[in-house]
Amino acid sequence: MKRLNRDEMAQRVAQDIPEGAYVNLGIGVPTLVANHLDPSKEIFLHSENGLLGMGPAPAPGQEDDELINAGKQHVTLLTGGAFFHHADSFAMMRGGHLDYCVLGAFQVSVKGDLANWHTGAPDAIPAVGGAMDLALGAKQVFVMMELLTKQGESKLVNECSYPVTGVGCVGRIYTDLAAFDVTPEGLAVREIYSDLDFDALQKLAGVPLIDATQNRRAA
Amino acid sequence: MINKIFDSLQAAVADVHDGATVMIGGFGTAGMPAELIDALIAQGARELTIVNNNAGNGDTGLAALLKAKRVRKIICSFPRQTDSYVFDALYRAGEIELELVPQGNLAERIRAAGAGIGGFFTPTGYGTKLAEGKETRLIDGRHYVLESPLHADFALVKAYKGDRWGNLVYRKTARNFGPIMASAAKVAIAQVSEVVELGALDPENIVTPGIFVQRVVAVPQAAHQALQAGQAA
Repeated sequence: MKRLNRDEMAQRVAQDIPEGAYVNLGIGVPTLVANHLDPSKEIFLHSENGLLGMGPAPAPGQEDDELINAGKQHVTLLTGGAFFHHADSFAMMRGGHLDYCVLGAFQVSVKGDLANWHTGAPDAIPAVGGAMDLALGAKQVFVMMELLTKQGESKLVNECSYPVTGVGCVGRIYTDLAAFDVTPEGLAVREIYSDLDFDALQKLAGVPLIDATQNRRAA
Repeated sequence: MINKIFDSLQAAVADVHDGATVMIGGFGTAGMPAELIDALIAQGARELTIVNNNAGNGDTGLAALLKAKRVRKIICSFPRQTDSYVFDALYRAGEIELELVPQGNLAERIRAAGAGIGGFFTPTGYGTKLAEGKETRLIDGRHYVLESPLHADFALVKAYKGDRWGNLVYRKTARNFGPIMASAAKVAIAQVSEVVELGALDPENIVTPGIFVQRVVAVPQAAHQALQAGQAA
């Protein structure tokens, strides 16, 4: 079965982020999106630990332990970037000033509920970080994930079985097989990246889907 | 003459009492006031409630305070990290209480305390386990959860430069929780890489005005000194 790898998924997400956008890329796979943003566009990356205008990783030897991202990795600041404290940083998210957040997920429901902070395992030490703020932290919340778990179960569900991070917060879901919009009518398939047809995708997804691919199907 | 400069770390933390609530700045180790924490360990206060974003990394700083079993409870957003083994062991043994707070709510609860706000409605956490049992309200079509301010007896923060009136500037992403924690504590103690003369900080760029800071201690940082040498060269 044809599918996008993580870099190709990141590339696809990056194409939908326009110049001038204020964007937070969640920890993990979403950080790959930064590698695929068009360098000719000015896009402002936000990191919730207090910077806007985040640049790429520094050259070896140039690391500064006081210049890190939310994943605690060394980063750089672009010319024109800014530092601020935590309350301001989360005001930028909660206050609807960011345009896009891109997040990973364990599950997304047909209503746009997101589960990405806790597997619910009884022995797991809970840690939430900024996940619940990020889930509501932008005008558009994108999820980026493989459609299926390693066990082959769909991560698109009618109701999340994992503890939710946010209710009705996801706008669009990019997966390795297709992209989906969360609409009042249900999940609408925007694009199919695989050689699957709509019916086969519907079967794998295991939740009701609306075919909105029209002529958008990727070659 | 007002002089908030303390000559020693030891003197700066001498009156932290058993059972105190202590905010500690930092996001991971960036902005963590490691030397003030070491002084607190040496001072010996017990049964502390600690407010930090994390729950310690490796064996130093906040992790060392936990390891010394001085902490009864920790209020944080992200305890579990690859190197949080000290916390993990205490938690699994039932030797530390954890209050988990979404990071933005943690920041806003601290800010609210410093700003004299008695509570606030936030959308973050609505409908999740972390909002169970809390009052909610529908405002203009959006669901909110009532959260309370988070006060502290002491705040330990790390800043870049400070003066004898307690004015502070920070460095890069080491700023994080410092300014809001300073405002939320009865006694805010800042370790600064450099104490500067009154007037040396540009008043347009002071990040934490001295009204929020009671004590300042100089703790030169090798990395900052190297940086300044580089700028001078």
